[in-house]
Amino acid sequence: MSAAADTSRQDPVSSTAPTPAGGTGGGRRPRWTRGRVAMLLAALVLAAAWVLPLAYALATSLKPMGEEVETPLTWIGSSVTFDAYDKVWAAGDIPRWMLNTLYISVMTTLLTVLLCAMAAYGFARTEFRGRKALYALVLAGIMVPPQVLMAPLFAEMAALGLVDTYWGVILPQVAVPAMVFILVKFFEGVPRELEEAAFCDGAGRWRVFFTIVLPLSRPILAAVSIFVFIHTWNNFLWPFLVTTDPNGMTLPVGLVNIQSSYGVRYSQVMASLVMAGLPLLVVFALFQRQIVRGVAHTGLAGK
Amino acid sequence: MTAPARTEPDTTAAHEATGAPAPVPGGTAIRHGRFEHGLMFVAPFLALYALFLVWPVVLGIKMSLTSDNITGSGGEYVGFDNYTEALSDPDMWEALWQTVWFTLLSTVPLVLLGLVMALLAHGLRFVDWLWRLSWFAPYLLPSGVVGLLWLWIIYPADFGLADQLLAEFGLHPGIGWLTDPQYAMLSIVITTIWWTVGFNFLLYLAALQSIPQHLYEAAELDGATAWQRLWHITLPMLRRTTGVVVILQLLASLKIFDQVYIMTQGGPDGATRTTLLYVFEEGFTGYRIGYASAASYIFFALIVLVSLIHLHLARRTRQESTS
Repeated sequence: MSAAADTSRQDPVSSTAPTPAGGTGGGRRPRWTRGRVAMLLAALVLAAAWVLPLAYALATSLKPMGEEVETPLTWIGSSVTFDAYDKVWAAGDIPRWMLNTLYISVMTTLLTVLLCAMAAYGFARTEFRGRKALYALVLAGIMVPPQVLMAPLFAEMAALGLVDTYWGVILPQVAVPAMVFILVKFFEGVPRELEEAAFCDGAGRWRVFFTIVLPLSRPILAAVSIFVFIHTWNNFLWPFLVTTDPNGMTLPVGLVNIQSSYGVRYSQVMASLVMAGLPLLVVFALFQRQIVRGVAHTGLAGK
Repeated sequence: MTAPARTEPDTTAAHEATGAPAPVPGGTAIRHGRFEHGLMFVAPFLALYALFLVWPVVLGIKMSLTSDNITGSGGEYVGFDNYTEALSDPDMWEALWQTVWFTLLSTVPLVLLGLVMALLAHGLRFVDWLWRLSWFAPYLLPSGVVGLLWLWIIYPADFGLADQLLAEFGLHPGIGWLTDPQYAMLSIVITTIWWTVGFNFLLYLAALQSIPQHLYEAAELDGATAWQRLWHITLPMLRRTTGVVVILQLLASLKIFDQVYIMTQGGPDGATRTTLLYVFEEGFTGYRIGYASAASYIFFALIVLVSLIHLHLARRTRQESTS
């Protein structure tokens, strides 16, 4: 780990070299200078260090029982077996938690994007009394870390009878002031002429919003949706506080809850981790570009 | 695992009376068309915002002034007793210190490594998917997966991956990564770096891609070396991004909970008990939710302080760059 970091320390020497190098020969691919080879090596070492734990988890999950803890380190056991996966899947918890998480994540994402987009449009493009004050109130909310509210929020959910319900997990995650802020910035850039034309044709605010503004905003809405989805899917603290019934748990909470019941059956622990981690890795493979954009947008504006 | 659900009548009543509708101005006087439409757009958001953000903030303050214990009693008004108790509790200070220590330990490598990774990936322009996948993919794993992965596979003494790799280099293994107070926080930091550096990497990568090419072309015509281009173009152009990355990282690190809860539960001997863990223990396993609220507001003050310092610095650098 530290070895990898040290190697990489040297790379900035050449890191910008290839960028302008395109200009030298006009070709798109820069030449393999010594600096570039050093960079490639550094990158490969870092990449290997990052992939290693995942690869080892995968390898462990495919080992026959009892061979997981043998030293020295082996990558492949006496045989490759999916036994651990069969057992974990048959136990039924993981599939159940996956469905819970999927439902909660989809609902949260839909509600968050719809409500935040509506609010952002209201703040960016309409007039009403108290608009500025309300927007200031929403912006102030960006400062409030939800983790700090765990005690009062839990007391409130208990009072509302929402503990151990899907809505108890979903609702507190929906009103995200930072999302409103991001979308307000975006909507302010949408040309007013497009809306004016629609108003002249007799369209109302709602029609303009749903048929002109939202379709125009598809790229940022996609980026924001994916980002909200990932956050909800992986969120631990709030679902962990508000669910006590194993049947209603989300994947991250359930995993932690069963860790002790596996004992030292590492292949099964790793099989469940692989199963739990895979869905989002697949999502990432499919939506790489939108995810990168989502991080760039939402990350820069603050979470 | 957590405390079972309990109701708290006092709160509900107060909540329904004042909480939800508070920030929304009265809806009866709506006549003017534009007024109505505008408010209708923001009303659903504001309702949930009031209910699940504004009200808990208010409720938390109220609770922090009581001896509330989530058992339904509501507790008695105790003034600032919870605050004075929290501020005089050595455990609280210890937890605050662990939080700050973790934040310092994690922020520097997370920012630097994210920058280095981005420079590598951007400079190489080669198998982009490989760098993105290997460095960013861990960020997409739930904390449960990450915590258990490192807890079970990497950190066990002697047969864990970490010790076995060290043994390959002839080093003495047998380190109690998570059981030795000396190493526990470091282990959490390493896990966190592996898990989250990809986010900073992507932020830097996006920033690098938006630096205008002609700057480099002009510099090259002037005969600038790679180092000079890095120092005089790339790094200055990344200054704003670095500001953002640092503040996001500070705020994220201060809020550490998941990894610690999953991997050490604050142990060994409180060596990794950070503030949110302290709040959780006091409120949800110790049933002192009024006290826990007070502790979390002290913590909140710390976070606001960090944000304000950042805002101040950001404004100053902006003024400097314009003048």
